[in-house]
Amino acid sequence: MNAPLPTYRIFPLGDNGLTVDFGNSIDEVTNQLVLGWFENLRQSPLPGMTEVVPAYSSFTVYYDITAARKKTPAGQTGFDHIRAALEQRLAQPFRQEAVVERLMKIPVCYENEFAPDLSYLAAEKKLSAEEVIGIHIQQKYKVYMLGFLPGFSYMGEVDEKIAMPRKPQPQPVDAGGVGIAGRQTGIYPLHSPGGWQIIGRTPVKLFDPNQEEPCLLKAGDKVEFYSISKKVFFEIQNAPSLREGTGRGL
Amino acid sequence: MKIIKAGILDTIQDAGRYGQQHLGINPTGAMDRYSMQVANMLAGNSAGEAVIEMHFPAAVFMFTQPALIALSGADLNPSINGEPVPHGHAIAVVKNDVLQFHKPLKGARTYLAVRGGMAVDKWMNSYSTHLKAGAGGYKGRSLRKEDEIIMKGSFPYLPGKKNFTILPWQADTKWEEENNEILVLPGNEWERLTTESKENFILSSFVITQQSDRMGYRVNNIPLHSIDQEEVVSSAVNFGTIQLLPDGGLIILMADHQTTGGYPRLAHVISAHHSKLAQLKGGDKIRFYFTDQPAAEELWIKQQQHLLQLQNACTFRLEEYFHAARH
Repeated sequence: MNAPLPTYRIFPLGDNGLTVDFGNSIDEVTNQLVLGWFENLRQSPLPGMTEVVPAYSSFTVYYDITAARKKTPAGQTGFDHIRAALEQRLAQPFRQEAVVERLMKIPVCYENEFAPDLSYLAAEKKLSAEEVIGIHIQQKYKVYMLGFLPGFSYMGEVDEKIAMPRKPQPQPVDAGGVGIAGRQTGIYPLHSPGGWQIIGRTPVKLFDPNQEEPCLLKAGDKVEFYSISKKVFFEIQNAPSLREGTGRGL
Repeated sequence: MKIIKAGILDTIQDAGRYGQQHLGINPTGAMDRYSMQVANMLAGNSAGEAVIEMHFPAAVFMFTQPALIALSGADLNPSINGEPVPHGHAIAVVKNDVLQFHKPLKGARTYLAVRGGMAVDKWMNSYSTHLKAGAGGYKGRSLRKEDEIIMKGSFPYLPGKKNFTILPWQADTKWEEENNEILVLPGNEWERLTTESKENFILSSFVITQQSDRMGYRVNNIPLHSIDQEEVVSSAVNFGTIQLLPDGGLIILMADHQTTGGYPRLAHVISAHHSKLAQLKGGDKIRFYFTDQPAAEELWIKQQQHLLQLQNACTFRLEEYFHAARH
């Protein structure tokens, strides 16, 4: 299908990057457009472009100043050149290819020792822990973008009933920590300081530098969580081959 | 070569890992890419070869075979076998020579290049150490005592040399006036600052705090304020991006910066000044000055041209030297 291009704004991100912003929002339609242009630019990069990074409602093109200036007439900057090329690209009809949507089922253990903030969140939201878990696993989430850490997925949107602001101060989060921040949910792929409310942990490796594709999830995926016991958590964690069965390819 | 004593943070770095930021995999790479390239050129390498980036205290190295090395960047008062050695020269070392660094005289990061490069791990198209991912460089981590780095190239003894030799020519590394003036371009959220905070940003100097590392520099002055608290939906951030933190302080994102962020982006340090910034440390003062895109690009081109000239000169001198040494 051909979708009409919504209005966008281009602004520089330093002297070697520019961002195309479709509006400061978190919504699936805008994000689908962002991911579509991301694929388009990855498959046919602009001259001088070094990479393209999609986010919720914007994407950023980085370029090599020296390379971008090679084809620039005198008096024009590399930025002008990349901007013109990008505007030209964006003026072409955007074809949303029928993408095969991946559904990734991620096991999560919501038991106390893996869920340091679950009881606090439940109390704040006047729910039982079981109700919070029930709400968290009842729907599919979209991976809007990866960022922050290698393989960290920003997913949404959680039910308003379990939405919760970030913590004022970041605290250490274990690899596999499943968190909530506002109406976003996400998984920490690595041990890291983090401000999200941690309500569980997955034994599945979200990031593995030794794999050909080091990140399990990618922007555009759909994710469904399911609850597992501590026993199953350790079974999966100790059986690396299960990574395939639990995450990839499902 | 062998590490006989570890430094505080010695990592293998190159020009950075690009093309993976859509996966949240940040570029890493040398903080001061200019000095990294200078070290490589002096050693006769291509500009993007892997080097060792060091802070003070830096590692102590012992060479287990003859090598041609070069140092660039911060002056950490280096010596070989106890004899002071200069920056900006290629140095031919022999087996059992010991390289060490005694005190931080100037700058924050020093770079060691070895002719032919080092046999270290390439991960996602780059040798740079990604400490969080534990990948790239030397086993994905900083160097430790007893580590041994295998050199990719071999370097013959210079005839008749039993001790290390400082090759006679010196690199001209200066491409612009030295000062702490950092040129910036406005960021997308610059207009969110109050008029008073805008003036403070432009007119006062900022101190780089001790909470500054390869991820970013925390810089402080009078806290800055934005007109509103509207959240920015996470989007890309760049090397040199200056973000406003909730406490009114600033962070300048450096080589290990996150790929995306949600804090207001007030300004961006121009690419040509990343290296200058990378050589500043806790306690140093900086001033921000706005410039424009054409000027930023001109400075970048000027810096690149200087490097190119340096590379040509180094290549010529090395060939000449080796030719003379053989005859």
